[in-house]
Amino acid sequence: MTTHLIKGARPLGGDPADILVSDGRIAAIGDSLSAPGAEVVEAAGLVALPGLVDLHTHLREPGREDAETVETGSRAAALGGFTAVHAMANTDPVADTAGVVEQVWRLGRETGLVDVVPVGAVTVGLAGERLAELGAMADSAARVRVFSDDGHCVADPALMRRALEYVKAFDGVIAQHAEEPRLTAGAQMHEGDRSARLGLTGWPAAAEEAIIARDVLLAEHVGARLHVCHVSTAGSVEILRWAKSRGVRVTAEVTPHHLLLTDACAESYDPVFKVNPPLRTDADVEALRAGLADGTVDAVGTDHAPHAVEDKESEWAQARPGMLGLEQALSVVIETMVGPGRLDWAGVADRMSVRPAAIGRLEGHGRPIAPGEPANLVLVDPAARSVVDPAALASRSRNSPYAGRELPGRVVATFLRGTPTVLEGKATR
Amino acid sequence: MARSPDPARSTPPGSAPGTLLSSADVARVVDRMAHQLIERAASLRPDDGSDQADGGLADLVLVGIPTRGAPLARRLAARIEAFTGVAVDVGTADITLYRDDLRLRGVRALEPTVLPDDGIDGRLVVLVDDVLFSGRSVRAALDALRDLGRPRSVQLAVLVDRGHRELPIRADFVGKNVPTSRAQQVRVHLAEVDGVDEVLVTERDAE
Amino acid sequence: MKRHLLEAADLDRDDATLVLDTAAQIDQALAGREVKKLPTLRGRTVVNLFYEDSTRTRISFELAAKRLSADVINFSAKGSSVSKGESLKDTALTLEAMGADGVVVRHSASGAPHRLANWVRGSVVNAGDGTHEHPTQALLDAYTIRQRLGRLDGVRVTIVGDVLHSRVARSNVGLLHTLGAEVTLVAPPTLLPVGVGSWPAHVGYDLDAALPKSDVVMMLRVQAERMNASFFPSAREYSRRYGLDARRMAALPDDAIVMHPGPMNRGMEIAAEVADSVRSTIVEQVANGVSTRMAVLYLLLGGSPQ
Repeated sequence: MTTHLIKGARPLGGDPADILVSDGRIAAIGDSLSAPGAEVVEAAGLVALPGLVDLHTHLREPGREDAETVETGSRAAALGGFTAVHAMANTDPVADTAGVVEQVWRLGRETGLVDVVPVGAVTVGLAGERLAELGAMADSAARVRVFSDDGHCVADPALMRRALEYVKAFDGVIAQHAEEPRLTAGAQMHEGDRSARLGLTGWPAAAEEAIIARDVLLAEHVGARLHVCHVSTAGSVEILRWAKSRGVRVTAEVTPHHLLLTDACAESYDPVFKVNPPLRTDADVEALRAGLADGTVDAVGTDHAPHAVEDKESEWAQARPGMLGLEQALSVVIETMVGPGRLDWAGVADRMSVRPAAIGRLEGHGRPIAPGEPANLVLVDPAARSVVDPAALASRSRNSPYAGRELPGRVVATFLRGTPTVLEGKATR
Repeated sequence: MARSPDPARSTPPGSAPGTLLSSADVARVVDRMAHQLIERAASLRPDDGSDQADGGLADLVLVGIPTRGAPLARRLAARIEAFTGVAVDVGTADITLYRDDLRLRGVRALEPTVLPDDGIDGRLVVLVDDVLFSGRSVRAALDALRDLGRPRSVQLAVLVDRGHRELPIRADFVGKNVPTSRAQQVRVHLAEVDGVDEVLVTERDAE
Repeated sequence: MKRHLLEAADLDRDDATLVLDTAAQIDQALAGREVKKLPTLRGRTVVNLFYEDSTRTRISFELAAKRLSADVINFSAKGSSVSKGESLKDTALTLEAMGADGVVVRHSASGAPHRLANWVRGSVVNAGDGTHEHPTQALLDAYTIRQRLGRLDGVRVTIVGDVLHSRVARSNVGLLHTLGAEVTLVAPPTLLPVGVGSWPAHVGYDLDAALPKSDVVMMLRVQAERMNASFFPSAREYSRRYGLDARRMAALPDDAIVMHPGPMNRGMEIAAEVADSVRSTIVEQVANGVSTRMAVLYLLLGGSPQ
């Protein structure tokens, strides 16, 4: 295995240091290291972070390989600075058996650009009726720990309670897509002034908050772990803050797009901005940033949701919800959190690597940048700014809500267990 | 009288820019046209043995083409009444929706189309406009008239004929013939619309 | 004027007044004529692209375009490539290739005309999109009000019924406000959108309180299926609280008028004797629809380059 000497990077934004990577691990950190035969990576001015971990990625394989595959999604992830992604279960077939999760896990291993960690469905076929074989998925080669019906809410409170309880046996966590379906029938965008004017059926904040309130109470009652996907409202942040103050074992993620964009984007009726949960108001964006800053919201989860052109180039109501996120997630966090001084680089590492790895119970990710640790690293140039060009993305899809927007931060290199997956801003394969 | 162009002249043939007709000139020209219309009405009155004490004027309808043809038609009617004591019917016909050059000129607000209660069927209609240039307005007006009724005869009265016809159309009553170059503009101002009576010749560039 | 008419907000006060004045001049020019046809749009192509059944609106636009001598192509969703799954974009590209100067579009999806406007060069006229807007309906309503009452400025218009799902209400609130009218919305709270407070209109729940202060009452169609979704308990209760009957009509000022965009549910939101009364403008609205749409087509397409 090649040895790499990273020269002059700033671990977590601190003082510059050389990092020697050898045999998949960080061999040494120090000033002016020398390693004959090592491949040198000039990293002056670059910030070194632990490889990012995404709790929420849609890789679309199996079933919609026209929109994304494990390979293209893995490449997009690596270019975004990720070394591990959780692949959501709403594929076709649904990842609700050991067979499907192992297939996805194996495809990830073969691609080898990031660790692809399958998420198992909570209920059979995401139908919300009976539990999938959660234990079998946990025991499989994929070692599933995160279970989610994402795209659908586990709406039945009794079923949700049982799921929360059941996964305690193998330290699993239920990642809930919090959306009371009876309150969001036909919903197209955030319910408020803009939906009223645009004539698009509203998705009320209360439909998310009601489920989160219910679920934190259930998690408290049964002493289980709950993770809340893509928190989008100020009220949700308040409920989470209250629950955490009571000691409920709840964690939560926010997407990059909910940190940056608002329902004003819907004015164009361009479905690239259609997403579930929908883009909310300025006040919600502010509450989410504050929640991420103070740790009430634990993690950034991309909810990277590739869609084929025909599923987006249509009427708003007919378009599928979701937007790309892997390749711009770090840039959006720099723009919304680091730039304004709400999160330092250690905070970025915590919210985008350490905590998501802990929630997913991943070993070898989210570790300190220290000798002996697995060399899962990302080098980012915080000063670089560029305009997002969807055509230049590695994802097979083009539904980036950031098209034409200038964002800061450029991932220069990503290392997965010592092997560069990205060098000089380009995927190594 | 034909005049051969002088090759030494750098400006194209036309009238010198400036005021062509003053307020008093306009009044004089309108009066003359009113007299001509009275004569024409008499000579063209229908030979049907009806009561013709009005000199054929009851048969006449002056139809103004907005914008400035409309007040011009009303003025001509007023002068005819002053000279003869006979009130002549007046109407307006907005021709915008009949134009074949909307794409070049762009759309504009429509103005009223109002015909006398007795209509125009079988009558002597005189279209009234301020300037006769390409003839396209008149062609549009003729199309509009066709949809509005069946006059016995249609004639044309214009305050200024500036030449450069693009269609086989000529005026029956002309207040003033003005030789112009295509580059020039003839602008008729009438008190009812512009607050002053005058006819100006300007270079297009001077706009 | 903007190139497209997608929503009431596309018209400022001058534009809206120009449309109404133009419609009035067209009405006057055509009044009593045998030949109701004008050569204005000869050689232009207007496509009626109707993804939703709406015979009334389609015929109104078709007549308007034909009276201006445009070539009219009716492209209805049923029995066409549209029903075979062709996307809106592909349809748009087809229309573009045909050289459509104007596309009149009716669609069940809010915002579909906005999308279409990105893909075609011709002018797009929104003939009703989902629960968003129906701007020509608002224009013909404003025209009808002005014709009956002689003005729009300061006129008190009360719009009653299913505002939540009504594109007519959205367009009328915007346009009437632009034209200086004072709009009040009256509906059960379930049929008012969250966010209605940001609209330039008063909001109330009591029809009887609003009627004596109304110069115009505009009744919206209420679909019986809303009852099943618990927007109101029963048709009878709705009709009793929000229906316009003869007793309520008597509470209106003497010269007040009653409007309805059609099609009506007689006995539900409006009693037959009200619909047929002299206050009712329902038949005029249909006639005014043609001249208003002629004005819109003239103003949008008349001067457009080839």
